Amino acid sequence: MSEFFSQTVLTATFTAALGLAAPFLFATLGETMGQRSGVINLGVDGIMLLSAFATYYAALQTGDLLVAVLAGMGVGLLLGVVTALASVTLKAEQGISGIGIYLFGLGFSDLLFIKLVGTPRPIPQLNTLAIPVVDRIPVLGPILFQQTVLVYVAFLLVPVVTVVLNRTTYGLNVRAAGENPAAADSVGISVARIRWSTVLFGCTMAGLAGAALLLYDGIFVQDITQSQGFIAVALVYFGAWRPFGVMAGSLLYGLTIAVVLQWKSLGIIPVSASDLAAAAPAVLTIMVLVIIARRFRQPAALGKPFERAA
Amino acid sequence: MRAVGWRRVLLRWYALPGSLLAALLLGAAMMAALGADPLTGYHALVVGAFGGSTALGATAVRAAPLLLVGIGICIAFRANVLNIGGEGQLALGGLASTATALALPGLPAGVLVPLVLLAGAAGGALWGAIPGALRAYLNVNEILSTVMLNLVAVQIMNYLLSGPMVDRTQNSTFGLIPETRVLPHSSWLPILVPGTQLQAGVIVAVVMAIAVYVLLRRTTFGFRVRSVGISREASRYAGMAVKRTMTAAMTLSGAMCGLGGALLVFGSTSHRMVTDGSLTGFTGSDGFNGIVVALFAGLSPLWTIVSSFLFGGMLVGGDALQVATGVPSTMVTTLEGVLVVLLVSLEYLRRRERLNALAPPVAGSESSLSQRVLAPFSKGASRVPACPPSQLQPGPVEGSGAVVGAPPGGPQ
Repeated sequence: MSEFFSQTVLTATFTAALGLAAPFLFATLGETMGQRSGVINLGVDGIMLLSAFATYYAALQTGDLLVAVLAGMGVGLLLGVVTALASVTLKAEQGISGIGIYLFGLGFSDLLFIKLVGTPRPIPQLNTLAIPVVDRIPVLGPILFQQTVLVYVAFLLVPVVTVVLNRTTYGLNVRAAGENPAAADSVGISVARIRWSTVLFGCTMAGLAGAALLLYDGIFVQDITQSQGFIAVALVYFGAWRPFGVMAGSLLYGLTIAVVLQWKSLGIIPVSASDLAAAAPAVLTIMVLVIIARRFRQPAALGKPFERAA
Repeated sequence: MRAVGWRRVLLRWYALPGSLLAALLLGAAMMAALGADPLTGYHALVVGAFGGSTALGATAVRAAPLLLVGIGICIAFRANVLNIGGEGQLALGGLASTATALALPGLPAGVLVPLVLLAGAAGGALWGAIPGALRAYLNVNEILSTVMLNLVAVQIMNYLLSGPMVDRTQNSTFGLIPETRVLPHSSWLPILVPGTQLQAGVIVAVVMAIAVYVLLRRTTFGFRVRSVGISREASRYAGMAVKRTMTAAMTLSGAMCGLGGALLVFGSTSHRMVTDGSLTGFTGSDGFNGIVVALFAGLSPLWTIVSSFLFGGMLVGGDALQVATGVPSTMVTTLEGVLVVLLVSLEYLRRRERLNALAPPVAGSESSLSQRVLAPFSKGASRVPACPPSQLQPGPVEGSGAVVGAPPGGPQ
C-alpha cells in the first residue's frame, strides 16, 4: 500500500484521473444542456462508440488528429439529427429511442471496425501541452497543467456552459423549455427549435467525448466505452443538472478508474477484488441518486415530448 | 376524417412490417456498400436461421432467453416502469443459478433443474426489486438505477467467476480463465430432440409467456399493473396500492430476466458460466435485444413468442450471413437499433391518427408510456382495463383520459 502513496505514483494517478474524466465531462455537459431543455438522451453511449471509431479510422487514414477529432464530432452531429428527429419532432419515447441509438452505435462501430480495420493498429498520440510557468508549481503543476488540449477544453467548457445556461437569453429559453414548455411557447419561444439545438449540441459533445476517450486509449476495441455513455447520463442527475455538479461527478469517476488501474498494476489488490472496487462508484451513484431525488427537482418537463396547443 | 382514413390503415397495419422492411433494406444497402451481395447474405441468414431441424433448434434455443426478457419487459413497460436493467438481471440470474448448482451437486435432476431455475428467477428478481422499490418509494429514476445496477452486476460477475466460483482444476500456467467448472450433469436442461440443441428451456420460456399473458389479462394483479401504467393518479384514487404494484411489476420483470440468465447457463452447450469481462460476453446483449423483441410484439406476451423466434432467428442467421458474405454478424444489432428508432418514432404518427379518429386532440395532453407505446395495438376500448370509466376517472377528465374512455370510433 505504501508504494501507492509515493509522490510519483500519486501524481501519475491524478494526472490519469483528469485524462479519464475528460470524456465523461464532454458527454455530461452536452447531456446537461439537453436535459435542462427537457430532453433525456439515452443514446450517448452509442454515439460515443461510433464517434470513437470514426476518430480512430480518420486518424489511421490521415494521421491528422484534428481531422480525427472533427470526424468524431461530425458523427455525433449526424446522430444528433436522428436523435432530435425522433425525440423532438416525432415525439418518441426518449428512454426507448435512446436504446435504439445505443444498439445502432454498438453494432455499427463493431461492424465497421471488423470490416474496415480488422487487426488493430496504433495511431499517433495526442501530445501533452504544458502550460508555461504554472506547470512548474510543485505537485499541482504536473497534474493540472501537463495535460492534452482536450482535457483543458473539457474543463474550460464547465464555466462556459454555466454562463450560457444562467446568464444568457438562450440559456433562459433552454430552461424555460425544460421547466414549462407551454409557457415558453406562449411567449413566442419555439420549444422545438430550442430542443433541437440542445440535442445537436449534446450529441456533438458526445461525439467529442468518444474522440477524447479514443485518443486517451490510443486504440479502438469492441465496446470501448464500457457503458461510459450511460454513466454520463446518470452523472447529470448526480450533479443535479448543474455544470459544476457534473464536473464533480466526472472527476469522481475518472479518479476511481485511475486508482483501480494503478492498484491493479502495482499489485496492491488481487485482480479479482479490483472488480469489486470498480463497482464502488456505481453503488455510490445509486445512493447519490436517492439523495438527489429528495433534495433536487429535475426539470419539470424532462422526458416529456411537447405538443403545441392546436 | 375520411381523407385520413388510408393513412390510419397504413399506420395501423403496415407500420410494424414496414419498419422491419425498412431496416432490412438499410441492411441490404450496407451489405452492398461493403461489397457483398445482399441477396446471398439474406438467403444465408434465412437458411441459417430456419433451414432444417438443426437451425430451427438453434433458433429456438437462442429465442428462449430473448422471450423471457421480452415478457419481463412487457410486465415492466405495462406498469410504465422502464426496465433497462435486463443485462444485469440476466447476469444475476445466471450467477444465482450457477451458485445453486455448484453448492448442491448431489441432487437428482428432477429436483435440481427446477431448483436452479427458481434460483435464477430469484437472483433476477432481487436485481429488479431494487430499482423498482427505489422508483416507487424514493422516486429514483429507474432508467438510471437499472443502468447503474448493470455496472454493479458485471463487476460482481467478474469477481465471482475469477475468484470464489472459479474452476481451480484448470491446467494452466498463466492464471485461471474466469469460468466455473462444468456444472453437474443433473442440472443440465434436458435435450428434447436428439441431434439438435433444442432443450427444455424453450418449453419453460413459452409456458412462462402464456402464464404472464394470463397474469396480465385475467388477474386482479394484472389489472392493477395495467391500470397503474395508464394512470398512477387514477389508480391511487381508485384505492390501488400504486407503489407496491410498481415494485412488484419490476420484481417480476427481473425474475423473468433472471430465469433467462439461468437458461443461458444451463441450456448452453458448454454447461458452465464464463465471463470475458463484459456483460455482453455472457448475455449476448439479450437484455437490450429483449426490449426490441417486446416492442415489436406491441408489449403483448403472446406476440412476444413469435417476435422472439423471429429475432432469435436473425441473431442465429447473422453468423451464417457473416460466413457467406464476410459482413460481420453485428449487422443484426445495428439493424435492431434502426428498428427501435423507427418503431418509437412512428408511434407518434400512429397515435395522432388514432386521436384524430377518436376525438379532437386536447392541448397539452400528456400520455403515459404504455399509452404511447400501446395505443395502436389496443383495439379501441376493449384492451383498456375493464372497469367503468367513472371508477378510474373521477370527475370530468381531459386529455389522455378522453382517449381511454372514448368508445371505438367515437365522436369525430
